[in-house]
Amino acid sequence: MRAIITVVGKDKVGIIAAISSLLAENNVNILDISQTIMQGFFTMIMLVDLQGAKVKFSELKELLKKRAQEIGVDINMQHEDLFNSINRI
Amino acid sequence: MFTSQEIIETINMVKQNNLDIRTITVGISLFDCVSENPQVFIDRMKKKIVEYAGSLKEVANEIEDMFGLPIVNRRVALTPISLLTYGFECNDLIKVAIAIDDIAKEIGVDLIGGYSALVHKSYDEKTKRFISSIPEALAETERLCSSVDVGTTKSGINLDVIGHLGYVIKEIAYKTKDKDSFGCARFVVFANATDDNPFMAGAFHGVGEGDSAINVGISGPGVIKRAVEEKQDASIEEIYETIKRMAFKITRAGQLVLKYASERLNIPMGIVDLSLAPTPKVGDSIAEILEEIGVEKVGGYGTTFALAILNDAVKKGGAMAASFTGGLSGAFIPVSEDSGMVKGVEEGALSLEKLEAMTSVCSVGLDMIVVPGDTEPEVISGLIADEIAIGVYNNKTTAVRIIPAYGKKEGDEVNFGGLLGRAKVMKINKFSPHKLIHRGGRVPPPIISLRN
Repeated sequence: MRAIITVVGKDKVGIIAAISSLLAENNVNILDISQTIMQGFFTMIMLVDLQGAKVKFSELKELLKKRAQEIGVDINMQHEDLFNSINRI
Repeated sequence: MFTSQEIIETINMVKQNNLDIRTITVGISLFDCVSENPQVFIDRMKKKIVEYAGSLKEVANEIEDMFGLPIVNRRVALTPISLLTYGFECNDLIKVAIAIDDIAKEIGVDLIGGYSALVHKSYDEKTKRFISSIPEALAETERLCSSVDVGTTKSGINLDVIGHLGYVIKEIAYKTKDKDSFGCARFVVFANATDDNPFMAGAFHGVGEGDSAINVGISGPGVIKRAVEEKQDASIEEIYETIKRMAFKITRAGQLVLKYASERLNIPMGIVDLSLAPTPKVGDSIAEILEEIGVEKVGGYGTTFALAILNDAVKKGGAMAASFTGGLSGAFIPVSEDSGMVKGVEEGALSLEKLEAMTSVCSVGLDMIVVPGDTEPEVISGLIADEIAIGVYNNKTTAVRIIPAYGKKEGDEVNFGGLLGRAKVMKINKFSPHKLIHRGGRVPPPIISLRN
């Protein structure tokens, strides 16, 4: 299963590291990553593969939420199919 | 990979603009539960509903989590109970109603529909007994929903039952008077009722349906409003196109949820209802879309025109996004459930007469309208008759969900809480159609019914 993770927040040092290390700990593979500053906000979009993940989707979501609180950003994880359905015929 | 713009847009649809799936409704046929013995019927029914919809709540939560897309309601729709309990005594009917309500609570669904009767043609004594049991059934339950179909384009209109329903609605209002006559919010009168409607209070599992099906009702007025907002100087053509495109995207989300729910519950896919359903939340309102299209206040001239455009564009956009569409597909205009509509009433822009005109182009009809508690039953029947005529003669579904709030008068406020919202008691024309309603009888189907 693949999912899209988006991170939005005030730019600072270490956001990518904080999130990617959490993903690595849980054996979640990052397939694609793009990062930009939009309207002054740090915006990161990741496509990840949960095939070999050590935790369930909902647990990973919780872990990410906790990490997001620690570093002061907003984080979202949604199944890739939602984006596929809405944006691709 | 998607472009960042696509991803941000999709996330904003949910986060900022309240895109949600309004309901997953599992339809269950109870024909195989029929028994002359009420207790046997109840036992079989319980077993079957739990077997089919027992994990609905859990599955809906899982889907919600996976897509980050809120699913507001989990519901069950049953075969019209009057067909299964034909000839039951009144107290047995109430037992059935309570049993259904208990099952809904047990499996954690928000509402359960199907305490319904289809009497568009004949109205015999046993069915009359069933309909007479509705006020008690609703007063004794919390989640049970009830509906009566009183006319179809193919078979005409049953004036006898319309006359009776004025009294039934008054009785429901009285029996639930300590809750602002809330029972009336769980009862709806239909013309051309559909078999696969996922929305309450009118959802039932139609006789043409199979053993079970999942139907999904989408929502998303906020998303459409936002899209229209961005087109300040656009022509009406462009507005139409914008709504159509957005409706497509919303419906795709609905189709996705339908597919997942169907796989996980192992129940066949039914339909996606191409709907725009409001909530009392600001920014989640059909009225606000109409105002964004360009009427100063919902109810002003131009409102019917704007609603017609909205409704048609939603259907066109959604039709390609889902494999099977059905239900009531279109825009819903309940008053109390839509903060913009409530404001329209409060500011004197929106009257009952204008609402009636709007129902000729919307997906349902006079919905969640609160009128004074002392409204005569015949006046309510007259209002139902008018609305049913609009449906039958124009070959569309229409409905009436009206609440004569006991003890309240014009201008008072009622508050149902939650999704059902609050509303001002509206002005109703009190000149009585007493003579007309008491003529009774049956109206033959209109000439358009002869199209074969």
